[in-house]
Amino acid sequence: MTQSIVVQVGQCGNQVGCRFWDLALREHAHVNQTGVYDEALSSFFRNVDQRRAGGADATGGRITALKARAVLVDMEEGVLGEILQGPLRSLFNSTQLISDVSGSGNNWAVGHHTYGLTYREQIVDQVRKAAEHCDCLQCFFLIHSMGGGTGSGLGTFVLKLLEEEFPEVCRIVTSVYPTAEDDVITSPYNSVLAMKELTEHADCVLPVDNQSLVDIVGKIQHMSNTGKPSCTIKKDCTIISGHGGVVKVEKPFDAMNNIVANLLLNITSSARFEGSLNMDLNEIAMNLVPFPRLHYLVPSLTPLYTLADVNVPPRRLDQMFSDAFSKDHQLIRADPKHNLYLACALMLRGNVQMSDLRRNIERLKPTLPFVPWNQEGWKTSLCSVPPVCHSHSLLALANNTCVKSTFFDLRERFVKLYRRKAHLHHYLAVDGMELAGFNEALSSISDLIEDYTHLEHPLMPNAPRLAIAT
Amino acid sequence: MGTVSLQLGQCGNQIGHELFSVISDDSNGPNRKKYKQCSDERFFYESSTGELVARSVLVDMEPKVISQAIAKASKSGRWRYGDKAHFSQKQGSGNNWANGFCVHGPRHEEAVEDMVRMEIERCDRLAGIFTMMSVAGGTGSGVGTYITQRLRDSYPQSYILNQITWPYGAGEVIVQNYNSVLTLSHLYQLSDAILVHENDTVHKICSHLMNIKHMSISDINKVIAHQLGSVLQPAYTADSPCHYNRNPIGELLSSLVCHPEYKLLSLSNIPQMSSASLAYSAFNWPGLLKHLRQMLIASARMEEGIDWTVNVTSGGESVTNSRHKSFNSSLANLLILRGKDVSTAVTDGFKDPALYVPWLKTENCFSTWNSPVAFNGYEKSATLVSNSQYLLKPLDNIVRKAWNMFASRAYVHQYTKFGISEEDFLDSFTALEQIISSYTHLS
Repeated sequence: MTQSIVVQVGQCGNQVGCRFWDLALREHAHVNQTGVYDEALSSFFRNVDQRRAGGADATGGRITALKARAVLVDMEEGVLGEILQGPLRSLFNSTQLISDVSGSGNNWAVGHHTYGLTYREQIVDQVRKAAEHCDCLQCFFLIHSMGGGTGSGLGTFVLKLLEEEFPEVCRIVTSVYPTAEDDVITSPYNSVLAMKELTEHADCVLPVDNQSLVDIVGKIQHMSNTGKPSCTIKKDCTIISGHGGVVKVEKPFDAMNNIVANLLLNITSSARFEGSLNMDLNEIAMNLVPFPRLHYLVPSLTPLYTLADVNVPPRRLDQMFSDAFSKDHQLIRADPKHNLYLACALMLRGNVQMSDLRRNIERLKPTLPFVPWNQEGWKTSLCSVPPVCHSHSLLALANNTCVKSTFFDLRERFVKLYRRKAHLHHYLAVDGMELAGFNEALSSISDLIEDYTHLEHPLMPNAPRLAIAT
Repeated sequence: MGTVSLQLGQCGNQIGHELFSVISDDSNGPNRKKYKQCSDERFFYESSTGELVARSVLVDMEPKVISQAIAKASKSGRWRYGDKAHFSQKQGSGNNWANGFCVHGPRHEEAVEDMVRMEIERCDRLAGIFTMMSVAGGTGSGVGTYITQRLRDSYPQSYILNQITWPYGAGEVIVQNYNSVLTLSHLYQLSDAILVHENDTVHKICSHLMNIKHMSISDINKVIAHQLGSVLQPAYTADSPCHYNRNPIGELLSSLVCHPEYKLLSLSNIPQMSSASLAYSAFNWPGLLKHLRQMLIASARMEEGIDWTVNVTSGGESVTNSRHKSFNSSLANLLILRGKDVSTAVTDGFKDPALYVPWLKTENCFSTWNSPVAFNGYEKSATLVSNSQYLLKPLDNIVRKAWNMFASRAYVHQYTKFGISEEDFLDSFTALEQIISSYTHLS
């Protein structure tokens, strides 16, 4: 069994991260009733025996004290301080938390250059320590946001560090994109500067967009308030619910953050639990990334909630597959159905059979446009353990040209500021940040948009086969 | 004589386990003392405590599937896997043939080779090496190819038969066509014959013939294991009409693979149905063989929906005649009959010279094995192993799809990362185009 390390950077990254740890504990407690430290738990948690110096990480023993395989970084004390006082505090040693007092002031350059330089050694040390506790480290999960200073600037700096120090280990980044109405005025700068680093140094990026999360939360709350008696939602059985976790007090963004936490739980489920068709984490990039830079995978989660009615007609199962491709189930605002698919993964959990999977692929295939050279670009996995409270679930990851529109909007907003040189001096005052950095970031995102556009017009639609002289 | 099996990767280990289960269940049926003795000797050895232990080495780059197979085998109470005959690592090959072939294979070759040698030394005589793997993933295909290469070097005189599972047309692994092209082109240089199962075909058999509504991977593997078992279990051959043949792999190869350019073997069997309907069905040999023959010439994957309008045209000149649909032309066929009154079965339909290429003598092209012992619950059953154009179309599809992808250079960077260059890809494409061309122009 392999292990993964979560690196959460900035306020958003740490809030999402903590929802992940809470829901992960809830899920394992649900599956693992015996209190034995099993292989599944070992993927994200260490089992530490305080009485023995070396700690007891061997699987098969009793759970003594679980520690998250995580490094928490923030340049303010607020969120990390809350974690240290909150119900999850026992999951982390204080050395796993790296913080400063003054914050990055929504300035990418401060996070990336100033704090990057200052905290480089400390971060590498902590990551290396976490890696030493792993039997077989397979993957880093970086969680951060794009709009602010710390998550975006220091987060992408950490990404580069991970690539330098652990080139063999897969890097999957969850990036929360700002909305157009974001209150951080410099968020277009921060996002575009961060994008260049993501494009160059990540293996996969799962873009998540705040507005989509808000919409999904709204949709679920609307359903639970006005649902007809025949389709009452089972209480606390939605992907925004944290019910059953150790954290009892709900904070304002928890509902949204729970969606992202569920995304991470589902993407790792097949690597953690048994299944007749397992998907390893390193298979994600292998199957979904045909060209190294085009590694942005649009996630969608279904079902959003489970109905109280316990009978699941096959129709509802099929609906789950249809929903995964509909516009309002995507975690970024994009419409994959009316854009071009490069590849698509369907990661199923729970009571779903091979035949259900095949039937639905056959059914949906004609409605979805794929690039000509990858008409059958489907990767599937079946994990037998369903998420808590659901009988089945589906996570779809689409490498689709629809991400282009998010990047396009971002570039528009960047150019609007950049044309007037607005706020530039805050960045250029930072040691290590030069004007060239802005131009490079702009051309990087433009190239990326271009790359996606080119795919819509393939160069060699019908390359002649090799001929054999007979 | 013993046959040493290798179960490689997730698919290979699942099929391997089902195969040994079928063989063990079948051999433990009533009134088959000699049959069981012969089968046991072939596939198992006796441990010091008298248990049957499979002559099999299990290899995978991740532990989950192997530990499941070992646990299930022990639970059967009839047989188990060897204590030191399994090798697994912690991290899979990530669907990447290059990772399996260039990294994991070389890194673990010694450990795996030692295990295989132990098993081979345990046989008083080695009948051959039988490997099971898929071509779609990274471990079965990449590590499997590498190990086959090492075994070919270490045992140049031994028979090596590779059973491979072709992926579904869509839906398992996106780079499956690349992995298949790389695997097939390499194996073709190494293996004595390649026995192919197509997941799509087996899936149809499960849904149409077996009536399985909610099909799992295990159902599919059971059908593959049933077909393999029907070939590998003891039978009488023309050379040994009174004793069970001792070397199924050697005899299979000598009757089917007459030329190194042609070594793709397909399997079809009849009847195949759910155990519920089996109890109410009666079969007669003429009916079964008539269907099986038409399946062969019409290239039908199963008993249902056979195109009966396909006819064998003699002499070859009327093949181009538009009134006739072209039929599936064979190099060689091996028919295996098992069950009641097997001596009364008339196999003349398979001896028609028009079925075969003109440059071979028909009497060398067709062989029959039989056994009066009913196989795996079927009162009468027939299996046809065929070296024919049957696999031409699926092979052509794989190469076409892989080539389309390669023309855009999609995913190629994932392979060059581990040392497989664009040149290597081109070599593999050339090799397979050559095979396609050879099978297309048979006569």
